[in-house]
Amino acid sequence: MSIDKIFDVDRVTLRFGGVVSLNDVTLHQQRGEILAIIGPNGAGKTSLFNSLTGVYQPQEGSVTFCAQPGESFDVIGKKAHRVAKAGVARTFQASRMFSALTTFENIKIGAESHRGIGAVGAMLRGPGTRRDERKSDGKTIELLRFVGLEGQANTISSSLSYGDRRRLEIARALATEPQVLLLDEPAAGTNPSEKLALADLIRKVRDVMGVSILLIEHDMKLVMSLAERLYVLNFGSVIAEGTPDEIRANEAVISAYLGTTAEDA
Amino acid sequence: MRSPVAATQIRRFLALLALMAVVELITGPPGSAEEPTIGITRSFSEPTSFFGLFVTPRFVLFFAFTVIIYLVASLWRSQSTSIVAIWNTTTAQPRAFTQRRAVRLSTRGGLLVIAIVLPLIVTDPFWQSSLVEQIAVYILLALGLNVVTGFAGLLDLGYVAFYAIGAYATAWVTGALPLAPPFGIHMDPFFAIPIAIVLAMVAGVILGAPTLRLRGDYLAIVTLGFGEIIALFANNLNTITGGATGTNEIPHFTFHVGPVNYRWGLGPVPYYYLALGFVVIFIVAFSLLEHSRVGRAWTAIREDEVAAESVGINPLKYKVMAFAIGAASAGFAGVMTAAQTNFVSPATFTLVFSINILVLVIFGGMGSIAGVILGAVLVQTFQMFIIHTPPAGFQPQDLYIYLGAILVAMMIFRPAGLLPSRRRRRELTMAEVGKSTAGEILIGEQS
Amino acid sequence: MSGIFQFLSAHFHILHITFWPLLVGGIANGFIYSLIAIGYTMVYGVLRLINFAHSEIFMAGGFASYFLLHALIGHSTPSTGGSILFMALGMLSGGLCGMLVAVILERVAYRPLRRRNAPKLAYLISAIGASYFMFNLAGKEFGRYNLSMAQPFVNHSLFTIFGAPVQMYYIVIVAISAAMLFLLDRIVATTKLGRGIRAVAQDAETASLMGVNIDQTIVVTFMLGGFFGGLAGFLFGMSSGVVYTMGFTPALKAFTAAVLGGIGNVRGAMIGGLLLGIVESFSIAFVNGAFIDVVAFAILVLVLLVRPTGILGEQLGRSA
Repeated sequence: MSIDKIFDVDRVTLRFGGVVSLNDVTLHQQRGEILAIIGPNGAGKTSLFNSLTGVYQPQEGSVTFCAQPGESFDVIGKKAHRVAKAGVARTFQASRMFSALTTFENIKIGAESHRGIGAVGAMLRGPGTRRDERKSDGKTIELLRFVGLEGQANTISSSLSYGDRRRLEIARALATEPQVLLLDEPAAGTNPSEKLALADLIRKVRDVMGVSILLIEHDMKLVMSLAERLYVLNFGSVIAEGTPDEIRANEAVISAYLGTTAEDA
Repeated sequence: MRSPVAATQIRRFLALLALMAVVELITGPPGSAEEPTIGITRSFSEPTSFFGLFVTPRFVLFFAFTVIIYLVASLWRSQSTSIVAIWNTTTAQPRAFTQRRAVRLSTRGGLLVIAIVLPLIVTDPFWQSSLVEQIAVYILLALGLNVVTGFAGLLDLGYVAFYAIGAYATAWVTGALPLAPPFGIHMDPFFAIPIAIVLAMVAGVILGAPTLRLRGDYLAIVTLGFGEIIALFANNLNTITGGATGTNEIPHFTFHVGPVNYRWGLGPVPYYYLALGFVVIFIVAFSLLEHSRVGRAWTAIREDEVAAESVGINPLKYKVMAFAIGAASAGFAGVMTAAQTNFVSPATFTLVFSINILVLVIFGGMGSIAGVILGAVLVQTFQMFIIHTPPAGFQPQDLYIYLGAILVAMMIFRPAGLLPSRRRRRELTMAEVGKSTAGEILIGEQS
Repeated sequence: MSGIFQFLSAHFHILHITFWPLLVGGIANGFIYSLIAIGYTMVYGVLRLINFAHSEIFMAGGFASYFLLHALIGHSTPSTGGSILFMALGMLSGGLCGMLVAVILERVAYRPLRRRNAPKLAYLISAIGASYFMFNLAGKEFGRYNLSMAQPFVNHSLFTIFGAPVQMYYIVIVAISAAMLFLLDRIVATTKLGRGIRAVAQDAETASLMGVNIDQTIVVTFMLGGFFGGLAGFLFGMSSGVVYTMGFTPALKAFTAAVLGGIGNVRGAMIGGLLLGIVESFSIAFVNGAFIDVVAFAILVLVLLVRPTGILGEQLGRSA
């Protein structure tokens, strides 16, 4: 049986000047999978995310994204907004919201991204524009409820708590109707109870919305409980792949990574 | 030994004194190259009358002002929390009142009524023509630049180029240029409106599409150069533009439908109402734009371009769009001016014109439609007032000093402008506490 | 077809006759652009912003040296020893005045914004305002007409290259600029000051953690850039005179030179200035005189579109 891959990363190499950030990385994600990428700081995890979303353009290799089985979309060479439109959504390591806007407006911007531009329509505000606005409002409210931020709809996003910012970012990403959601350290800066809630939310995104999840996370307990499969990056290369149990038992991983992190975790 | 508190107070006083000395200098008499210090010394020593009460050298007066301002300011600083608290409690009810929709609408209605009856109150011919040429047209220009600078956060220093394109397009379409009008037909300036708007937009897209992907400061310089080049072409392409003298044969607007025949041009008042009508249309269109998905996308790009891209917004497309809309407004304003004054010449289209429009936007409040209108009304009225009744020793170019000073002062003291837009104010205050990524100037570009 | 050929041969003809004088003039102009471009590029290096008011530093240097030389020389013809003294005084007055203006500018128009961590747009607007304020104030105080500078030396043809006379003026400009640029290059490359500037340019945050005083480094950078800008104002004023609007066009071209060489890169600014001066000089053979200023602008747009990092790339730290 052939595997239904949503992401297929084939021998990707990314360099900045003389520094090799990703070295011949090959990995894939199955549709519907919660996949995690772990590795020590500077291993190239965020560079990988940026290469998957069109922010960085790797010099070698290919990244194929399949929004639907049988379709394929070459990520490399595309601008970030095109990748996003194709169905890849993401959050950022240090959360990046539109901080002068409310929670509601933040999510609505995501919800509107699929509609055409229409400055003239906006200035005339015809029935079509108003219908679009109502649709986006509806979707925004739905997502606010989904992530549990309905009470904060009119809060300026920069005054939200860390945990709520993460939820907002997830909701904004989901508003673009993605097939896969890339989460860059979603639990960073959150407290233990927020962490649990966040893990529930991530599972719910996959189970209820059917969105595949690709995750970078330092919190080992969270990763091991969430992820169905993991890749381990070190110095820009994949050094191991497997289920949480396999990774825990992997010698190379322990010496390169878990050995140190297990102590300070 | 001085306490640190006293030290800050002394520093504050000295800073204020320096500021007042600058004010004294820029309001003083001019100097000359033969006696380079005479302007400076006279600015301080020249006797001046204090509201006709007594005569004293200027520096005494300014020193007195400095002391008064300093005392008031320190009183305010020591009492400000309680004053603000009192102000908040006493105005809480009225403010809640003004936030009601009905009240807001009737305020706008009231302002519109004032605008409509204004020419009946202001009957002085100088001020009547200023209302059209210097205020209404500048409001149109400021509204347009506000889309570019306020909404999209792009600095366009060659805004005048699009205004020039609009004015020259009018001259061309009406057959006032050496260049033959399209199809050899001399048309009414009304037909110039769509042509000017399209030409200005095309110029905006041609200039913007390649340069808008660059950093903001590069864009500013490229647009500045573009403005200069358009003026250079207007000046030198004699067989097309009429060269340095331009043309003064542009006809007035006329209106012929069925039995109704009307010709603008008998005094400034009919033009005032025409311009007012367009101003209202622009206000409505641009406020709808601000609160549409386009306006939200601009805010998103302004705040965090990377995040905006991650939700599928194409920054370049939206920037080009802002640029084109701004250009179209300037082109339109160019038609208004050309038809009203019958006249177009390269001398109008200078960098200082672009700066002047920028001042209106910055002074009133970037991104705030009400703000830029207020800015345009106040700054233009101030300029007209000084030109109408110039103080002793005043030279018209001194106005540029004041425009420059306004820009610096606003950026230092009130960057969001007189009537800030809600979003902009949040951005600017958040940059202060380091929450916004828009303020990462020392960290450098992230992407 | 024959028309094109005729056109080209006509231009070759022009080039053949005037090649050397154009080259000499281009090099001299190019050095002046380089001196101004230093200010843009260094400030860009540490602050990541373009100092729009740099043109007024240049103007201030021109005026300061004008007034000093006017008072000292008047209408007399100085002796050889006098010439050297007056040149030194002109350079010093121009450079120091430029320095002073740059420091005031940083203090008034930039530092309050830096304290507030203001967005980039605010810096640009503040700088444009400061530029407008300064040159129009100069116009008010010193009159709005062109002033020709008292000449510190007699300008005559020193020798000829392939029949083209080379004037004293060019020799002086080239010699002074080359020496000053060499000096600057050494300062940035070898001194503690230069290391601080490069450290801030590479990574301000880390530099401050390593004990570099950022405020001080920024002020010093403004001072260095200001000195060179003011010096250029003096050299430019010697031949073209001084007027309150003198900064605009040379500064725009110098900015082009800085971008051409790679903004933030000191050596890039030097090379960019020279290159621009020469290209512009030769373009006189091809472009109507009225549009000569368009050439620099066209180069700017071209560089920004094709290679926005310039010839040598952007990093100040990397250059030296």
